[in-house]
Amino acid sequence: MSVRGKVAVVGAWEHPTRYAPHMTPFQIHAESARAALADAGLSIRDVDGFFTSGVGPIGILSLCQHLNLRPDHLDSQAIGGSSFVSHCIHAAAAIAAGLCRVALVTYGSTAASERFAIGTGGGFMSEPPDNFEAPFGPTIVGSYALVAQRHMHEYGTTSEQLAEIAVTMRRHAALNPDAKYREPITVEDVLASRMISSPLHLLDCCMISDGGGALVLTSVDRARDLRKRPVVILGGAETARHPGAGRHDLLDIAAAQSGPLAFARAGVTPADVDCAMVYDSYTITVLATLEALGFCKRGEGGAFCANGGIGLGGALPVNTDGGGLSSNHPGMRGIFLVIEATRQLRGDAGPAQVKDAEIAAVHGTGGMLGQRHSGATMILGRA
Amino acid sequence: MADAKAYKKPLPRIDEESRGFWEALARHELYVQRCRACGETRFYPRALCPACLSPDIEWRRSAGRGTVYSFTVTHQNQAPGFREELPYVLAVVELDEGPRLMTNVVGCAPDAVTVGMPVEVVFDDVTPDVTLAKFRPR
Repeated sequence: MSVRGKVAVVGAWEHPTRYAPHMTPFQIHAESARAALADAGLSIRDVDGFFTSGVGPIGILSLCQHLNLRPDHLDSQAIGGSSFVSHCIHAAAAIAAGLCRVALVTYGSTAASERFAIGTGGGFMSEPPDNFEAPFGPTIVGSYALVAQRHMHEYGTTSEQLAEIAVTMRRHAALNPDAKYREPITVEDVLASRMISSPLHLLDCCMISDGGGALVLTSVDRARDLRKRPVVILGGAETARHPGAGRHDLLDIAAAQSGPLAFARAGVTPADVDCAMVYDSYTITVLATLEALGFCKRGEGGAFCANGGIGLGGALPVNTDGGGLSSNHPGMRGIFLVIEATRQLRGDAGPAQVKDAEIAAVHGTGGMLGQRHSGATMILGRA
Repeated sequence: MADAKAYKKPLPRIDEESRGFWEALARHELYVQRCRACGETRFYPRALCPACLSPDIEWRRSAGRGTVYSFTVTHQNQAPGFREELPYVLAVVELDEGPRLMTNVVGCAPDAVTVGMPVEVVFDDVTPDVTLAKFRPR
């Protein structure tokens, strides 16, 4: 059974907050749900499928209580920041299979006001692989830095090329009134910012903000009667990458599997894509993801991203909201990738609008790119 | 040998799947597992082969030599034990026997480390029970 073209995003809302010490994460979930349902022209009573991540091991039950939801279908897939892209893929399958009719996806976090040191703090789960890694001090940024260093070694990628990604994201953020950082930066600014984990500088790293958002999905048949122009899910796929038995290639990331599978399911190719929203936890994440998805060949990501190639007006506009590097990053950013792709395909992206955008690619990365990580790719199209 | 109470970094949980590995390290010997069924040499040690799920294990002593596959000089880590030792080198080392493992490169200036650098194991007795395999230039 293919889900191609059967399910649409009909409601999307990004919480404008970037710092909310006066709010709880559950409140951000609830406010986002309310606004996304209003965007769709639906009520909370219409929701019969609920999808969320990041609220703890059985936190989805607490959130059901908080929102007084008694859904027919639940999914708390927890594969890191990509989870919300995965939620949409799962929701599309669930709706197409008749398991639910209206799916609500929510996210909320107060990571910044709670002062979580996400990228450079300790965290030790004591699961088997951790016992062979945590004693040596891998931070999250360090894990991504291992990939960046290897990419530089194999392909001569430079810190200047990585810096251009941060510069482009900041240029996009200048067009987004809600973005946390909007002042222009230069390649020199990135290179002069302090080294966090070589070769990644401070400005190669995403911020930590508060925030949240929500999405509403339903069948394309029902979508026709709703308030906004539906954005259709053409295809999606997800997978995992890890060192396995210890013979891993650090540059063979999850996107190299989920990307081609998602494109095949969607019946389109990278050449058909008008804009892409890819998880930019770090500059290297963007470069490695664009290569793995097939927008350029492996090793050519540096040149592809340089000279405005991924900026508005370039070959492939990426993260037109400013991304996690400049707009917001409350810890798990996947939902914002889908929200921004929806804005673009509705033609609602304002000054950041990609002209005549018809096909958008979304890719979330979760976990630690140099260790265990997930990749979830989804292709969306204008109805 | 370090005092276990003074050691602040995370310690591995020594479980039944990996006990032989940690006991060998305490004797200053580095071992990897090889699957007798399919021949795959693996890291980290575990009960079943990640290539074929066979439980038929053979332990093989590693010569403890390899090369740096990738690395990062860590300048920021708020975690106890690490924040006092910045900057330090987190690395993935490829053993001559094949498997790649996460480790620290020690015994040289962090900025001297390069991808491809030949290294050899050095045993760091961090507590009376736990020895870690780190690497230094050779």
